[in-house]
Amino acid sequence: MKTEWKQVGQAAQFATDLGGCVKVDDLHIAVFNLNNRKDWYAIENRCPHKAADVLSRGIVGDADGEPKVACPLHKRSFSLKSGECISDDEMGGVKAFEIKCEDGVVYLKLPLK
Amino acid sequence: MIKAATKKIVVVGNGMVGWKFCALLRQSDISANFEITVFGEEPRAAYDRVHLTAYFETRSADKLMMCPDNWYADNDIDLFLGDKIISIDRENRVVTSESGKQVEYDRLILATGSDAFVPPVDGIDKEGVFVYRTIEDLDKIIAYAKNCKTAAVLGGGLLGLEAARAAMDLGLDTEVIEFAQRLMPRQLDDKGAACLKQLIEAQGLGIQLNRATATIDGDGAVDKLTFTTGDSLDIDMLIVSAGIRPRDEVAKACGLEVGPRGGVVVNDSLQTSDACIYAIGEVALYNQMIYGLVAPGYTMAQVVVDQLAGVASSFTGADMSTKLKLIGTDVASFGNAFPSEGTFDTVELDEIASKGIYKKLFYSKDGTTLLGGILVGDATEYATLLMLYQNGGAIPDNPYDLIDPEKTGDSSGILAMDDDTKICTCENVSKGDIMDAIAGGAMTPSDIKVCTRAGAGCGGCMPMVTQLLHAKLKADGIEVNEDICEHFKYKRTELFDLVKQDGVKTYDELLGRHGSGLGCEICKPAVGSILASLWNEPVNDHASLQDTNDAFLANIQKNGSYSIIPRMSGGEVTAEKMIALGQIAKKYNLYVKLTGGQRVAMLGAKVEQLPIIWRELLDAGFESGQAYGKSLRTVKSCVGQSWCRFGVNDSTDLAVTIEERYKGLRSPHKLKSAVSGCVRECAEARSKDFGIIATEKGWDLFVCGNGGMTPQHGILLASDLSKEQVLLYIDRFLMYYIRTADRLTRTSVWFNNLEGGIEHLKDVIIKDSLGICDELEAAMRHHIDTYECDWARALKNDEYLTRFKPFVNTEDTDKTINFETVRKQIQPL
Repeated sequence: MKTEWKQVGQAAQFATDLGGCVKVDDLHIAVFNLNNRKDWYAIENRCPHKAADVLSRGIVGDADGEPKVACPLHKRSFSLKSGECISDDEMGGVKAFEIKCEDGVVYLKLPLK
Repeated sequence: MIKAATKKIVVVGNGMVGWKFCALLRQSDISANFEITVFGEEPRAAYDRVHLTAYFETRSADKLMMCPDNWYADNDIDLFLGDKIISIDRENRVVTSESGKQVEYDRLILATGSDAFVPPVDGIDKEGVFVYRTIEDLDKIIAYAKNCKTAAVLGGGLLGLEAARAAMDLGLDTEVIEFAQRLMPRQLDDKGAACLKQLIEAQGLGIQLNRATATIDGDGAVDKLTFTTGDSLDIDMLIVSAGIRPRDEVAKACGLEVGPRGGVVVNDSLQTSDACIYAIGEVALYNQMIYGLVAPGYTMAQVVVDQLAGVASSFTGADMSTKLKLIGTDVASFGNAFPSEGTFDTVELDEIASKGIYKKLFYSKDGTTLLGGILVGDATEYATLLMLYQNGGAIPDNPYDLIDPEKTGDSSGILAMDDDTKICTCENVSKGDIMDAIAGGAMTPSDIKVCTRAGAGCGGCMPMVTQLLHAKLKADGIEVNEDICEHFKYKRTELFDLVKQDGVKTYDELLGRHGSGLGCEICKPAVGSILASLWNEPVNDHASLQDTNDAFLANIQKNGSYSIIPRMSGGEVTAEKMIALGQIAKKYNLYVKLTGGQRVAMLGAKVEQLPIIWRELLDAGFESGQAYGKSLRTVKSCVGQSWCRFGVNDSTDLAVTIEERYKGLRSPHKLKSAVSGCVRECAEARSKDFGIIATEKGWDLFVCGNGGMTPQHGILLASDLSKEQVLLYIDRFLMYYIRTADRLTRTSVWFNNLEGGIEHLKDVIIKDSLGICDELEAAMRHHIDTYECDWARALKNDEYLTRFKPFVNTEDTDKTINFETVRKQIQPL
């Protein structure tokens, strides 16, 4: 599948050490920054547990060094790097997207329209 | 707001100690008596210079700041940055700053610290030579390093080694040049320093000892160091970290007594030779010593605050024991690491070659007391040894047990400590007392605190108490881990005490000082709650800590929409307000239902609608009901004596009073209450965290009930109380619970684990057996004085509200939130 880097906003628009959801066409993607906007991650916003579109509103942190977010509804933890569910072996993961922040602008690698 | 008869304090210097003085003064009871003006030389406000190396990783000065930018204004402190004081007129008590500002003072606090000592080596002023002291220095180093391949650091002490590691991280081949025969010559002996050198060289840093630099060479910019031995080292950059020099020039100029090698002379009260001028921190010379660590500086700041309050308090020197994580290596030195010949014996563990570990302890010749010690490569026993040293506690017959690798690890020889060893100095509790408590069934540090009173004073011994408990349980084959999560090796109560003691205001500060990693959904809300309970700052200032519902000041529903619940104190509301509520619910097509707490809930609001709807609610006279918080929820009531033929007292009035008093209070778990007007108990007060039932003579107060999954009736704390007594006891009860309960523990569970049960609780709350009631009442007064509705606070600040939208990159609404109609109202699809 062909992909391209798409600009999704200024780094300053995203609150520090929190998630924010971006909408690109029909995709809802949860964008996170850690270490005061130094590290950036992106995963799909929809939690596979009960299909709620809420992951961007979870608390970020790490477990054994793996950066993660805990879903605000039932606290399942997802790796921000791989999207894997790290707190529940039987739960599927979420898609992770490539993301970069250059010169204060945030880009996501998304499928070409 | 200036009141008459306030005294003017001017603080010269806005470093860590200068800031701490301001923080302590503003936190104290005498704060209102003092105006504070601060002059700082640097362009930015106080930051954590101790963790300066962290700046290389984060490149964020914000993370290092001691407090948020608005802290000074919020605390009525005039701060002038980039504007140092250049002269003091002691006769007229006026200071003059560089920009020409003149400020009068009643008392002057000198906290000018020190700057880097720059040795007078030929060529030291060339380009590419830096000192390592301020954020500006670091910015310059980072910029210059871009065009460098090699660097040298002049000075192999604490700071020099940190600077060297930073240079290495910037990608430069770095050498440390130390004048003395060993690294960290004041803290470590030959072997300890050799061990450290080995560990550091293993990380890729070069170390050169016994090196005196003759000249710094280069054409304009440095390119070489030439040593007194004649040989040279090619370098592109030089960082000078060869010591510090107190900034006493202004003091000297106005005639204050200074030491022969610098530093402003102070007495036990930290007064200089002018009684109206104090000196604290690295600029102060006490008993011919300059204290170059921040902890003694903070102690000095507290002594001066005490002096201003008229409380007898003096500085008698400070322990210079330190434990550092230096370049990923543990190094610790405590007590007297260089005792005089003939007064001591030693034990030593030399695993330098095999494991890079070296430990040495000095103890008295009669084998009773620890005099000092050095630990390199592994400093796990530091806390235990420091405690032993500070308390003069008796050491094991075989002192080697204290560092024996077979005996150490988590237990670290703690169990080998003599029973007489004092663990808690505030309450005079020995190790034996604690072991008795454990033998008697104490399973948690809280249990021990309750039985023995250890930790009931300053709480500083609690980590030690916990270690002792875990060691004993482990030795008995019982596994206990009460750490709150992987990021903090503490329980909630211990974290609470740490935050309170150290005056920590942010999660990042706590994580940096006492935690590890990036945090998680367990510790962030726990710390957020502690911060809120203690300091009551706006929740939105700590947005990244907030749990699911606090994050948007609304309860999230299963489809991502939210509920809105305004406060209705005592379950009472006027017709006018009901109409306003109804109109709002209709306008926004929200689902309406009454809650168990006797108030109205409206559900189905989207995140971007929250600020708009709350604006209308506030305009209609409502406040946040904080249904989203681990906080006080509601105080239910019956109509009582005002209306009811059976009522014997005004239950509605008391319920409203109580809810208005404690609204906004954040706690380890939610708090629910009720007031019933007679023995029929229509408000069900006995199933509440605290419940009040009217009697012929007054009120009966019941506590620690629960109506949830594990119902439990409240227990009678006191009977036939007046309204004033009820409020007094509830003040104390709530604050005691907030301080001592574990994370997410309701009062019922907390009570069930309370050793001594209701009798103990009565002793603490009614008889003040722990002597903490004044403090508890003051804490509640602080809560009441600083209360502000969460939503009113949030709506004042546009910055807070930028998060209240579904998407960052578009104003679109979230089309995945949909409803159907059931029983004539909306419901998630």
